[in-house]
Amino acid sequence: MRPTIVKREPVVDDAMDRAEAKLTPQQIEKVINEVIDKETGGRLWTYINTCIHCGLCSEACHWFLSNDRDVSFAPVTKVKDTLWVMLKNKGAVDAAFIKRCSQIAHTECNVCRRCGMYCPFGIDIAYMMLVVRRICAKLEMVPLYLQDTVHSHAATMNQMWVKPDEWIDTLQWQEEEGQGYVPSARLPLEKEGAEIMYSVIGPEPKFLAQLLGNITVIMKVAGCDWTMPATAGWDNSNMAMYSGDFEVMARVERLHYETAQRLKVKKIVMGECGHAFRGAEYDGPTWIGWMRPPIPLVHAISFYYDLIKSGRIKIAKQIEGPVTVQYPCNVIRNAGLGSKLQYIMNAVCENFVDLIPNDRHAYCCNAGGGTINCGPPWKKIRVQSARLQSENFKRTGAHTIVTPCHNCHSGIEDVVDGYKLGMKVKFFSELLIEAMEIPEHLKA
Amino acid sequence: MYELVRGPLAWAAFIIFIAGSLYRILYMLAGSKKEKVVFPHMSLKHSLASLVHWVIPFNNQYMKQRPVFTAVSFAFHICLIVTPIFLLAHIILWDESWNISWWSLSETITDYMTIIVIAGCIFFLYRRLTDPVVKNVTDGSDYLLLAITALPFITGFIAYHQWFDYKTMLIIHILAGEIMLIAIPFTRLSHMLFFVFTRSYFGSEQGHVKHSKDW
Repeated sequence: MRPTIVKREPVVDDAMDRAEAKLTPQQIEKVINEVIDKETGGRLWTYINTCIHCGLCSEACHWFLSNDRDVSFAPVTKVKDTLWVMLKNKGAVDAAFIKRCSQIAHTECNVCRRCGMYCPFGIDIAYMMLVVRRICAKLEMVPLYLQDTVHSHAATMNQMWVKPDEWIDTLQWQEEEGQGYVPSARLPLEKEGAEIMYSVIGPEPKFLAQLLGNITVIMKVAGCDWTMPATAGWDNSNMAMYSGDFEVMARVERLHYETAQRLKVKKIVMGECGHAFRGAEYDGPTWIGWMRPPIPLVHAISFYYDLIKSGRIKIAKQIEGPVTVQYPCNVIRNAGLGSKLQYIMNAVCENFVDLIPNDRHAYCCNAGGGTINCGPPWKKIRVQSARLQSENFKRTGAHTIVTPCHNCHSGIEDVVDGYKLGMKVKFFSELLIEAMEIPEHLKA
Repeated sequence: MYELVRGPLAWAAFIIFIAGSLYRILYMLAGSKKEKVVFPHMSLKHSLASLVHWVIPFNNQYMKQRPVFTAVSFAFHICLIVTPIFLLAHIILWDESWNISWWSLSETITDYMTIIVIAGCIFFLYRRLTDPVVKNVTDGSDYLLLAITALPFITGFIAYHQWFDYKTMLIIHILAGEIMLIAIPFTRLSHMLFFVFTRSYFGSEQGHVKHSKDW
């Protein structure tokens, strides 16, 4: 089989360059065979032996479509250029090859699972890319910025090196911000026996703290019995899941659920994030061996859907003008919340303009799957490869794109900036705060 | 020669096909058991839902998006499986050997169905040679699989129409069929065996575990 022609601008990633310099063929061979033999089984074997090389998966991939159908971005090519070679050579590959594998699996694939959905056989190519990431992670071949977030998870149990005092301080500050809207609003810390533990991802206290103020108001208006932990375990994000460091991934998820159990809550409600839901609902529990989360996990979309549908939150004034939405893969295609998202968008917006394609067929924001966390070196190709979705946004003519996911939010800010779309990018809770009714007795 | 391909080799081919298929399926199931997630995620309801949406033509969004490929692919696969089973000449062989027989298709219909299979092979070959994505992931084995699939139908067609030397062509045809049977479990033609399982697993994971759909 001829090698794929790959045309890329050179990218300097210190961590990957260092790993390339120090990896030995023996290490590589040992790790590849260990992962293939001990950590994979029927799925990988069947996928490799079933794939008939038809290339139909390529039509599903926004990387392929956004890059003028460059074959080196097609999902099947990504498997060819990684696992096929590893399996054929029984792990005997060189460090430069492993570096290219990391580039493919970490920086050029969002593991969004759209290609799996479009494969006639249902071959889960994203799963295979996660196997490649696992091999790369065990060989310490991980993009620098992504690995930094994993180090942060391992050292602080949150993604952004947030210190314990900063965490508590931020919550108290945002409680006061919330009280600016509703004076009796509280952000209850460590309330044992509350119905809900609310958890967020590291970037919220780090640079999107207003979202914590928003939820303080929303919870008060909806009359929810809730709490947040004052200890580590508050962060539901999990970049280790995406680097391939599943040991750290498991520690993060375990602590998240143990914290909820310590607080004796009935369920965990989580902020607007897709990958965090995936990690806490699926990848974490299955790796640990729980299969399902020990405490029900409710994504913000479902939570707001329940509050609006049941009338616990009423809409006073819908957002004017056309508003569109990004469907986050990990909670839509891979969690089935598409119709709930459409419901809350229609409830809050006067003119919700849907995307085409929408729901589970919608394209990825191209930031998910850890690619945005690979940092500035990989930003150019990431934004360039979101061209297709930028065109879809443009077609809606919306003034605002709602992103109920942190990765989508940051990624689409880059897309709006890169393609000069002139649109605002907002979380759903930011719209809800503007649109919801604050009952008279709660007003200042 | 005819006695050899019609007798012992046919036995061998069927035994290898059936035993090989069983072995490969059991191997797959054992490997899946090793992975703790596969069986707990399976659900009959969602497996069937997924299969219904992917074995009925134009029953999912992607098939509608690619009408030509869908039509060719379904016509090819249906004819590929149905023709050899309901071909009159094959049923006569079963009747001679085992004294069993079943309903057959008219020879005109099976003739057209054979042409559809051959045309399908040409279509797939054309894609392999021209579609950049497919071309990039094609190697000798892909052409070989296509040849293994096409040959029984090409030779069968020639033999039926009695072009060239009938007896020789018949022997080549039987041999080609036997090669295909043997190849099914041990090459990527095994998608015939595994399709149901990969589809069911993806459908189950998408529907049962992730509360979404895969069509």
